[in-house]
Amino acid sequence: MENPILKLKNFNVYYDDVRVVNNIDINFEKNKITAIMGPSGCGKTTLLRAINRMHDFTPNARVEGEILLDNEDLNQMDAINVRRKIGMVFQRPNPFPTMSIYDNVISGYKLNGIKLKKAEQDEIVENSLTKSALWKEVKDTLHKRGSFLSGGQQQRLCIARTLAMKPEIILLDEPTSALDPIATQFIEELFLDLKKEVTLILVTHNMSQAARISNDTAFLYLGDLVEFGKTKRMFTTPENKRTEEYLIGKIG
Amino acid sequence: MKESSLKYRQFKDKAFLFAVYSVVAISIIPLFLIIYYISKMGISAINWNFLTTLPKPPGEAGGGMANAIVGTLMLIFTSSIFAIPISIFIGIYLSEYQESKLASIGRYCLEVLQGVPSIVIGIIAYLLFVKPFGGFNALSGALALAMMMIPIIAKTTEETLKLVPLAIKEAAIALGVPYYKVILKVVVPTGLSGIITGIILGIARVAGETAPLLFTAFGNPFMSYNMLKPISSMPLIIFNYSGSPYDDWHAMAWGTSFILLIIVLILNIIAKIIASRWKIQF
Ligand SMILES: Nc1ncnc2c1ncn2[C@@H]1O[C@H](COP(=O)(O)OP(=O)(O)OP(=O)(O)O)[C@@H](O)[C@H]1O
Ligand SMILES: [Mg+2]
Repeated sequence: MENPILKLKNFNVYYDDVRVVNNIDINFEKNKITAIMGPSGCGKTTLLRAINRMHDFTPNARVEGEILLDNEDLNQMDAINVRRKIGMVFQRPNPFPTMSIYDNVISGYKLNGIKLKKAEQDEIVENSLTKSALWKEVKDTLHKRGSFLSGGQQQRLCIARTLAMKPEIILLDEPTSALDPIATQFIEELFLDLKKEVTLILVTHNMSQAARISNDTAFLYLGDLVEFGKTKRMFTTPENKRTEEYLIGKIG
Repeated sequence: MKESSLKYRQFKDKAFLFAVYSVVAISIIPLFLIIYYISKMGISAINWNFLTTLPKPPGEAGGGMANAIVGTLMLIFTSSIFAIPISIFIGIYLSEYQESKLASIGRYCLEVLQGVPSIVIGIIAYLLFVKPFGGFNALSGALALAMMMIPIIAKTTEETLKLVPLAIKEAAIALGVPYYKVILKVVVPTGLSGIITGIILGIARVAGETAPLLFTAFGNPFMSYNMLKPISSMPLIIFNYSGSPYDDWHAMAWGTSFILLIIVLILNIIAKIIASRWKIQF
């Protein structure tokens, strides 16, 4: 582990009294893609939402243990600040339905009341849409509603919206599961490009996707971190029997 | 045998359809009778003078109801100023904290308030706002109308905001937007068309109310722009003139009814248009 940006130590998440993430230790490397895999219901989303403090809005959720962002205790930081440093892309595209494509991209600034000059806005919009590989398709319709785009385009719009805030980390919860193979390939290439600038944490059910683009892989099973390591090694010689069974499709 | 039973079933089908159409027709007939009758009696009373002059004393011919139009507009405007913000905040609370104890109590209170007869609202407004003030005044009438608008607007706001998907709220939260801004800048704008529809329906509901105004705004034969003095209004004119012994006053009551009817119809149509045109696709 060379340069971790985010470290979890003895980390637990409970819903009421049920523990769904059990005592996890994991380090996420800066400017790498870390895939989180595991059968449905094993706690992947729960873990991801603990990282940007989304559980603050789930009344029955409680976290325990240590989570350090750049060696600072994330749970002591201001939650708003955490979410500006750690962006999130959801499973289903969720552009703001009342806003144009343009406004969706800079929505993070607008909604937070951060004033920008028109030229700065234009630049952020063009940059973010270019990085999310959507610019060419929408540059002439920037002032149309974002909800008129196709599913794959909407997801890239949501990625652009997250990128516009210049986060250090982006959490991706099965971002391509609602998309067709072509759109998926598009977005995978985009992720490979993006890791120059940000750290990506990617929850996915798609093993070949994890194999193709991730550097590290974490395998969760019933809330336990069963195995964690370099993706290449894990997909060729898994150490744990559960991991092997999952990879050959015995559990899932 | 087979043939006849098929025919019999087809006959039953037709008979049932006929029954359904008849019932629908019967239920629409009263509405059209009202519109027809009010138009027939009312249109002839309406002319430029009727809309722009003040009422004449009994016995003198002519006169209009300009003061009642102004009064109704001022009453509706003032009651909206009170009712709209309060109702929207209640609606936001009810949809955001659906499960909370206070929300279910609040919901129940709104239902009760909506069911209170308007004459009782008028009496309550009299006790709360007229007596302590020491005389009839337009403001107390506006407050009585506001009490009637609040349940309608708050309920529609709640229903609309409940439809805003959680995913959209989460999108804003994940961008680091504080919760109250998520509500004000994302949730409310997304539900705006529904809220506006509720406001218009609330206004349409109270525009023709007489009972809450009898002991509050009271009525005024003169032009008044003062919310602390009695004020005239269209429903009051209808109430007073229709009970009078003069034929020309009856005609003016019909004319006023016609205008009120048109206003309520237009408000309803606008509400329908806004609800369908501005509908947000998720
Ligand atoms: N708000 C909640 N309250 C109570 N239990 C919850 C809540 N959210 C999730 N759970 C439970 O926590 C466990 C983990 O859920 P989670 O959504 O993290 O799984 P997941 O690994 O993301 O699954 P999937 O692959 O299907 O998305 C599940 O058993 C789920 O039922
Ligand atoms: Mg999940």
